[in-house]
Amino acid sequence: MVNRFADLFARKPSGVLNLYITAGYPSLHDTVPLLKTLAESGADVLEIGVPFSDPLADGPVIQQTSSAALRNGMTLKLLLQELQGIRQVLPDTPLLLMGYLNPVLQYGMEAFCQQTAAAGIDGVILPDLPAEEYAALYQETFRRHNLRPVFLITPQTAEARIRRLDELTDDAFLYLVSGPGLTGGNQTADHSSQDAYLARVEALNLRNPRLVGFGIADKTSFERACQHAHGAIIGSALLRALDGAADPHEAARQFVRSIRQ
Amino acid sequence: MSQYHPTERGYYGSFGGAFIPEMLYPNVEELREQYLSILADASFQQEYQLLLRDYVGRPTPLFRAARLSEKYGATIYLKREDLCHTGAHKVNNTVGQILLAERLGKKRIIAETGAGQHGVATATVCALRGLACIVYMGAIDMERQKPNVARMRMLGAEVRPATSGSQTLKDATNEAIRDWISNPTDTHYIIGSVVGPHPYPDLVARLQSVISAEIRRQLREKTGSELPDYVVACVGGGSNAAGAFYHFLDESTVQLVAVEAAGHGVHTDKSAATSVLGRPGIIHGSRTLLMQDEHGQITEPHSISAGLDYPGIGPLHAFLADSKRAQFLSITDDEALQAAQLCSRLEGIIPALETAHALAALDQLPLKPTDVVVLNLSGRGDKDLDTYLRELHLA
Repeated sequence: MVNRFADLFARKPSGVLNLYITAGYPSLHDTVPLLKTLAESGADVLEIGVPFSDPLADGPVIQQTSSAALRNGMTLKLLLQELQGIRQVLPDTPLLLMGYLNPVLQYGMEAFCQQTAAAGIDGVILPDLPAEEYAALYQETFRRHNLRPVFLITPQTAEARIRRLDELTDDAFLYLVSGPGLTGGNQTADHSSQDAYLARVEALNLRNPRLVGFGIADKTSFERACQHAHGAIIGSALLRALDGAADPHEAARQFVRSIRQ
Repeated sequence: MSQYHPTERGYYGSFGGAFIPEMLYPNVEELREQYLSILADASFQQEYQLLLRDYVGRPTPLFRAARLSEKYGATIYLKREDLCHTGAHKVNNTVGQILLAERLGKKRIIAETGAGQHGVATATVCALRGLACIVYMGAIDMERQKPNVARMRMLGAEVRPATSGSQTLKDATNEAIRDWISNPTDTHYIIGSVVGPHPYPDLVARLQSVISAEIRRQLREKTGSELPDYVVACVGGGSNAAGAFYHFLDESTVQLVAVEAAGHGVHTDKSAATSVLGRPGIIHGSRTLLMQDEHGQITEPHSISAGLDYPGIGPLHAFLADSKRAQFLSITDDEALQAAQLCSRLEGIIPALETAHALAALDQLPLKPTDVVVLNLSGRGDKDLDTYLRELHLA
């Protein structure tokens, strides 16, 4: 069974760049072409945000791009249709859907998993689906479709719970929230406590690789996060770069270059 | 165990649970582990009961409304929660939660508010106990409930406008949750209604249950029976209804009537009647009935009342609606306005706009002369006077 995460982390054990975009933003049909541009520019993993009216864990940038995408007409149904050809375009890049639980439940978890897997998507992040509910209700469905859940860990997560989340993760990665706050925030301002937290989790010798997200915005914060993790995740800063850009593809290429140069 | 108490994981039937991002897990888990033992603790109960009596002014009277009774042809009692300190039932919950927050060692309090009553009640107890207080309120609600914004500021609270979405109660709750995510160690979130992730719905229902405990005792003194034929209360999130229903839930002869805001009417796109217009979904950490579009996006409710325009209802109420234990009625903006005027002129009591919905529902009940009705008069209408004068053309 193909596992693009295992292949990636075997090939590239550090400095993994995971980029997030909101589906349907800046324009309704930008999603697949932008994913292709980002992968060709040097992104290693791509997260596709499913827009939701009430994104509780997100800061202002993703709130605004989500609202814009919904106004553009993006829906989960349309996104899954658009993604059905994605593996002809991007055969090897690990791809994830990230979204909130309610649109998925209205679509139907079984249909969602079936069509997500059929499109060749590797994993799913649903921040408001806690591990307990996942294990009780949906683990069997995810496994049957060979979809990998990705769970969040924060500086407040106790060691026993980190190990439990690591156990529930099947060959994907753990998403280390960099500090207290929302996506696009300035969690990384407190370098010493962030370094201590990332080093503490590193020392647990977990089964899965770790990517750091929330507040990673540029080359400096990316490289800092990578010191104690396999890579890092950037969303809001990329979306800010796309905002109002005459050519979003050129803006995306420039943004990746600014991280990778 | 009554089926109306939540399970270990916080479910009432298929409703409830705790669908929260991992960032909230330590706080919510701490609360879940400790709330029952703290509530049962003798020192907590001693302080809570003393504050309810000497600070809130409990027990609130159960008043036989003679002229409303005459009009509707039944015996109607009003449970006078409007006489609570701060002018609504909301303070029953905030007094309890501030004591809980102290026992959890929290230094900073956040809250959401719709009509401003919960915000005022939170600002009040924070002043009383010397804790920092930040209240999130929809920008539109700040405009339509100005007196309560002023009261919160006078009490020393910081009122932060929620400018996203519909700029009302749902969005204020989003912002409060985002604040809690950003302040994971020193902050307690005092939710104002029986909504949110487990254990909040149960915690708030227990703290409001003093309403129905008193009703039973007072009704026995007045009529010889603890059990009325009807208990009527308005429902936005549902905290005053939960408190008024609580000790009657297992009494099958008592008809429970929950009154929602129909706004311009349940068949228009300006309504907040969740039990009619909602389907199961997730909002603010709870699986409940939810107003949403076919794609699962939460829709923006409408009511003239800032306390009732919430697109969900507490999971207990979703279960009461689904199991038909409670009857759900809906009342339009206009019907509520007329009922507020009627109550003012027949009983000399100006009710809150939220409460006016419950009063208007008396028109829809098939009352008999022998029926005893208890209506929870959840709040007073001072905050709504501008709206009343404008909409009833009294200015």
